[in-house]
Amino acid sequence: MVTIYIEGEAYTVKEGQNLLQACLSLGFDLPYFCWHPALGSVGACRQCAVKRFKDEKDLRGELVMACMTPAGDGTRISINDAEAAKFRAGVIEWLMINHPHDCPICDEGGECHLQDMTVMTGHNYRHYRFPKRTHHNQDLGPFLNHEMNRCIQCYRCVRFYHDYAGGSDLNALASHDHVYFGRFENGPLESEFSGNLVEICPTGVFTDKSLKAHFTRKWDLQTAPSVCVHCGLGCNTIPGERYGKLRRVRNRYHHQVNGYFLCDRGRYGYEFVNSTQRIRHPLQRTAGEAIPIPMTEKEVLDLAGTILADPGKVIGIGSPRASLESNFALRTLVGPDRFYAGLSDSDFSCLATGCNILQKGPVPASTLQGVGLADAAFILGEDVTQTAPLMALNLRRMRYRKSARIASGFQLPEWNDAAVREIAQLQKPALFIATPYPTRLDEEALRTFYAAPDDLARLGFAVLSALDPEAFPMPDLKDSLRVLADEIAQALLDAKRPLVITGTACSHPALIEAAANVAWCLGRKARAAAFALCVPECNSLGLSLMGGHDLNSAFQAVREGRVDTVIILENDLYRRADTETVDAMLRNARHVIVIDHQQTATAAKAHVVLPAATFAEATSTLINNEGRAQRGYAVMPAEGQIRAGWRWLRKLMNAAGHIGARSWFRLEDLAADLVKDMPVFQPIVGLDPKVDLPTPGGKIPRQSHRYTGRTAMHADIDVSEPKPPADEDAPLAFTMEGYDGPPPPELISRIWAPGWNSEQALNKFQSEINGPLRGGDTGRRLIEPAASDDGRYFAMTPPAALSGEDEYLLVPIHHIFGSEALSMASPGIAQRAPRPYLALSPENAPAKENERVRLRVNGRSLDLPVKLLPGMPVRMAGLPVGLPGLAKLALPAAVKILGTEKNKKE
Amino acid sequence: MESPLTQNIRPDISPLNLPEYEKAGGYQGLRKALTQLAPDEVTALVLESNLRGRGGAGFSTGRKWSFVPMGDDAPRPKYLVINADEMEPGTFKDRLLMEGDPHQLIEGIIIAAYAVQAGIAYIFLRRAYVTAGQRLETAIKEAYAKGYLGQNILGSGFNLDLYLHVSAGRYICGEETALLNALEGKRAVPRAKPPFPPVVGLWGKPTAFNNVETICNVSHIIRLGPAWFRDLSHVPDGGSKIYGASGKVRRPGAWELPMGVTIREILEEHAGGMQDGLEVRAILPGGVSTDLLTAKHLDVRMDFNSMQEAGSRLGTGTMVVIDDRTCIVGLLSNLMHFFAQESCGWCTPCREGLAWTSRILKAIEQGQGKLEDIEHLKRHTRLITLGHTFCALAPGAMEPLQSALTYFEDDFRRHILERRCPWR
Repeated sequence: MVTIYIEGEAYTVKEGQNLLQACLSLGFDLPYFCWHPALGSVGACRQCAVKRFKDEKDLRGELVMACMTPAGDGTRISINDAEAAKFRAGVIEWLMINHPHDCPICDEGGECHLQDMTVMTGHNYRHYRFPKRTHHNQDLGPFLNHEMNRCIQCYRCVRFYHDYAGGSDLNALASHDHVYFGRFENGPLESEFSGNLVEICPTGVFTDKSLKAHFTRKWDLQTAPSVCVHCGLGCNTIPGERYGKLRRVRNRYHHQVNGYFLCDRGRYGYEFVNSTQRIRHPLQRTAGEAIPIPMTEKEVLDLAGTILADPGKVIGIGSPRASLESNFALRTLVGPDRFYAGLSDSDFSCLATGCNILQKGPVPASTLQGVGLADAAFILGEDVTQTAPLMALNLRRMRYRKSARIASGFQLPEWNDAAVREIAQLQKPALFIATPYPTRLDEEALRTFYAAPDDLARLGFAVLSALDPEAFPMPDLKDSLRVLADEIAQALLDAKRPLVITGTACSHPALIEAAANVAWCLGRKARAAAFALCVPECNSLGLSLMGGHDLNSAFQAVREGRVDTVIILENDLYRRADTETVDAMLRNARHVIVIDHQQTATAAKAHVVLPAATFAEATSTLINNEGRAQRGYAVMPAEGQIRAGWRWLRKLMNAAGHIGARSWFRLEDLAADLVKDMPVFQPIVGLDPKVDLPTPGGKIPRQSHRYTGRTAMHADIDVSEPKPPADEDAPLAFTMEGYDGPPPPELISRIWAPGWNSEQALNKFQSEINGPLRGGDTGRRLIEPAASDDGRYFAMTPPAALSGEDEYLLVPIHHIFGSEALSMASPGIAQRAPRPYLALSPENAPAKENERVRLRVNGRSLDLPVKLLPGMPVRMAGLPVGLPGLAKLALPAAVKILGTEKNKKE
Repeated sequence: MESPLTQNIRPDISPLNLPEYEKAGGYQGLRKALTQLAPDEVTALVLESNLRGRGGAGFSTGRKWSFVPMGDDAPRPKYLVINADEMEPGTFKDRLLMEGDPHQLIEGIIIAAYAVQAGIAYIFLRRAYVTAGQRLETAIKEAYAKGYLGQNILGSGFNLDLYLHVSAGRYICGEETALLNALEGKRAVPRAKPPFPPVVGLWGKPTAFNNVETICNVSHIIRLGPAWFRDLSHVPDGGSKIYGASGKVRRPGAWELPMGVTIREILEEHAGGMQDGLEVRAILPGGVSTDLLTAKHLDVRMDFNSMQEAGSRLGTGTMVVIDDRTCIVGLLSNLMHFFAQESCGWCTPCREGLAWTSRILKAIEQGQGKLEDIEHLKRHTRLITLGHTFCALAPGAMEPLQSALTYFEDDFRRHILERRCPWR
C-alpha cells in the first residue's frame, strides 16, 4: 500500500496503480476516455489531466495525465485545481468541434460516456464556428451500426478489437482530424467479439444493430441480472425488456467469469425470446391432425390427471438447456429411476467422464478469469473459439501477460499498454493447441497439432509420459510426437499456473481422460495446475450432476413397450439422436408431452405442448462449466399461459395427485427439496442473498427511476394503473419502486450511478478497478478437488481401427454461429452461420472448393458442397454441428465419398 | 576557419566516392576508434566535446549514448537509428550533408554504433530526398565492399549492418519515437516516455538515436579530439554548425560556421542581406516551429542557450527570414495549415486544436475574422504546451503563433477590422 495526497488529504491506495485507477477506486469523479480497465492506459485523449505538485511547498505544479502517471508513494495531486479543470473542459470543447449534435437521435443517448464526461467537466459553450468534418459510414454486418461522425478518436475500438481481441479487419486509418476507424471494405466484422464495441465505444459510433431494430432508451428498459444460455461458460448478462419484448443483452461484470466482455453469440442470440416460433399456449395434437389446437388450463390438468395416473409407465427426459429447478421437478415427477438425461450418447459419456474428473481429481476446475492468468496452457481437442468463445478471448490475453511479466523487470507497470506491447514484442506464450482441424486461436499458439481424436488422446498420454515416465512409460512413441510432448510437458512444468483445457467437442471421453491425466500429474508435482472442461450448453454440468439414465435406455424402454408417456423438457431430441430412432420413439409412445418455448421438430410431433418460460421470464439456476451455480433472474413477467418449466410440472404433479410439489410455492421451496435430495447442489442455498431491504416490500426495482410510460402502457386495456405483477421467486420487483441504494452484487439490475449513465459506472460497483464487485463474487462453486488422491491415472484406450482405403474419419466442426440452437432464431446470427458443407484437406481433395460430393456415413447418404480447409489432416473430413438442414449424426465416424458433382453429371 | 563538415563538399554538391573520401582523410577516425579505443572511451570523447544534438533538441550526444545499457547482459541486438527525416520547413542542412558527403555520415554511424555496441543501424530517410537516397545507397555498397560495414570491421571483431530505410513521408516521423514506430511498420504515432529509447527502443531493444548532422561530427571529434572540437565554437557548446537562411535574402543557402555566430552575421555577411527595397521584419531562427524574433534581435547569438534566453530556440539553425512586405497572418496561416495537416491524430489538443487555429487563421486571412478569434488563438497557445500534449509537434506549432501574437498582434487586428490583408 502507498500514500497519495489529493487536495492535501492523505489516502492509502494499492501499489502499482496509475493515478486514474487510484482516484476512481477511491470514488473520485475524474473524467477519461481512452483508458479502459481491461485495455490499460495509452494517454491519448488528455482528458484525465490533474495538477501534480513536487512537494508541499510547490504551489505551481504541472499538469499530468492521471492514467499515465504511477500512483507512487508521496504523490501529491489536485483534481479541482483551476488550471486542470479548465484544461479538462477544454479537451471536451476540442472533442465537440467535430462532434455532431446527434444526441436526440443517437442510440447512445442516455448511456453515453461522452455525455457524462461533458457534464462532469462543466463544459457548455462551443466557440468553434467552422464546419465539422464528416465521414462515410460502413455496413459492418448484422451486429453493429457505424456512425463515424460521432467519433472522438479515443482509439478504444481498435485497441479492443485489434490489440485485445486479435481481430484484423478493423483498423485506424488516415490521420490528423480525418482519423477513421473502419474496415477495409463493407462487410461483417470477423471477430467473434465485435459486439463488445457497443460497450467499448464511449459515443454512438458503434451501437447495437439488433437494439436499433426495436430501439428503446436505457432508462426505459426493465432489466435484471441474468446468465447467458448459449454455451457452458455462464457469462453474466443484463438483458433489457420493454413492452414484453427483449430489446438487448449487455455485459454484467463478474470478476471470476466473464469480466468486461461477452461474445457475439451471447450478446445477439436473445431474439428467440421474441420469436414468432414461440410456443405461447398449451396445445393438443390429436392423432391424424397436423395442426394442434389450443387447450385451456383445465383441459391440460384433466389430461394430466389421466395420463399420469400410472406413474410406473411415465418417463421424463431432462435437458442441458433447462434450469436446475425444471430438471429437478421433472425428476421428482417421474422418479429418479425414470429420469433420463436428454443428451447425445457422446455428450452423455463425455459429461459423465468430466464430472467424475472434477469431483474425484486433485486439480480444481479453472475459473474463466483463471484461464486468462495461465502462463502455460495445453488445449486438447477443443475449438474453444466456437464452443466457449470467451475462453478464447481470455487465452488471447496470455501474450500480453507474458510481455507484462518482462516489462515489470523494467519497472513498467501492466497498465502501460504501449510499453508492454513494445518491450517483448508480444512473443508467443506457452500455448499449445491440439485439435482435429485448424482453429482461429492457432495464431496465438506456440505449437499446433492436428490429428484424429484418438491421436490427440495419444498426444495427451505422451505428455503425461514426458511429465512422469515412471508413472506412464510409452516406449513405442514416435519421435516427432515425443519431441512435441516433451516441449509441452516442460512448458507446463516451468509455468507458475499451468492449465489444461479440454471438452466435449470431439465427442471423445478418452480425450478428456487424457487431458485430466496431464492436469493431475501437474497437481501431484505440486504445481498450481487447473483444469478447464468445456461443455456445450448452459446447464450441461447441472444435468450431468443430477444423474439420469442415458437416452438410449429411454428409446429402448419405449421400444419395448414399458413406457406409455414421455415428458420431454425443453429439448429437441432430433439434435441428440438420429432421425429414425427419434421418429420411432415419438410414434410409439402413447402420450408425448413437450414443455418448451420454441417450436422444435420434437414439439411438432408431440401430443401435448406446454409453453415454457425462457430465461428472461423465469428465475432459474444454471451450473456452468467450472461447476459454478449461478442464478439468473427473470427480466419480465411470463405472459399469459407461459410458465417456468418447473411450475408446469408442479401443476401436472398436483393434478395427478403426486405430493412431491405441494410445497413448491416459490423457487426457494423447490430449492430446499433439491438440496435435500441431492447434496451435491447444497451450495445453491447460498445463491439467495439474505438481505433485509428497508423500503416497500423489501425489493429491488427492475426499472430505473426514470422509466417512463408506466401509466400509459396499459391504458388501452384499462385506464387504471394496474398493480405490478408479483414475483415470488426473486427479491426483485417489476416496478420502479423499491430500494434504490446499492444492491447486493447478485441483484445488480443495472449499471448506473449519479453522473455515470453509461456502463462505465461499473467502477462505482467494484471494490477496486478490475477487482470483484463490492460484496464479493457471486455464484457458488459446487465442486472442489477431492480431499484424498489415490494417485492413479486413466488408462490409455487402444486406438480406433484404421479406416478403409477410401474412407475418411468424419469429425464434428463447431461454429459459434450455427451450432447452438437458440441463438439461430436471431436473424443476425443465422445470417452469419455457414450453410452445410464438408470440410476436406486441400491435399489430394477429391473435389474442388464448392463442388458438391455425395457421401455415405452411419448408413445414410448426404450431398454437400466441399470446403477446403488447409491444415486439415489428409484422411479426415469435417461436418459442421447443429446447422439447420443437417440431421444429427454420431460422430466421429467413418465416411466414404461416393462421387462428385462432376462424376454425377457424367 | 575550419569547416570539418563541409570541407569535402564541392560547389556542385557532387559526392565523393570512397577512394576520394579516403584520400581526403576519410575513415581515419573509424580506424582510430576501432583499433585504439574502447567503446566507452569513444563515448567519453564525444561527451567531452560538448557536442549537442543537431536535430533541434540540443541534448548532449555523449550523455544520450551513455544511457544505452552496456556489457554482456545488455539486451541484444542493439540498434542505432539515424533521423534523416528532415522535414522541418525551412531546413535543408542534412540534405546538403547527405548529398554532398555521404561517407562522412557513414563513417560517423559506424563509430557511433561501435560506441554503444549496436549491431544494426538504420538511416530513416524522408521520401522526398531521392538524390540523397541514391547517393547513400551507393556509398553503403562501397563501404561494404571495402569492409567498413559487415563482419569484423578492420579486424576489430565489431560487426555492423547498415540499412537505408526510405519513409512514406510524414513530418511526425521526425519525432524520435514516432520514427521508431514507423520503422517497425506501425502507424507513425509517438510513444510515451518512459520508457526511453536508449533502454526500450526499436523492437523494444536499446536504441541510440541521432540526427544526421550530429553524427557527421563524430569522425572529426575522434580524429582531432574534443578540445579541437570545442575550440571551433564561439560558445561553450562545441563544434561548428551548418546554418542556413531562406526567404527574400540576396543569397539564400547553407554555410558551416562556428557555433554561436550572430543572426546578423549570417544574414548580412553570408546571405547578403535583404533583397532590394526590403527590410527584415522577423526571423524564424531554427525552422518554422521556433518562436519569431524581430529586427531587434539581430545581435543574438545562434546557439542553444542564447536563443533560449531571447525567447526562442536554436532548433535546426536554418532560419526563415521574413521581410517587411510579407504578411505575418498569411505566413501563420500557411504554417498552421502545415502543422494541422501533419498532426498524426493521436492526441486531442493537437488533432483538434491545430485544425481549429488553422481555420481561424484562414478566416482572418480571407477577411472573415472576428476580434474574439485573437483570444481563441491566444487561449490555444496557453493550453497547448509540453506535457499537455502527447509529443512536441503541437507545442512547436504554437511557437510561431504565440510570438506572432506577441510582436505583431496589430497585423491580426488590422486584418480583422479592415476585412482584408493590409499588405496587398
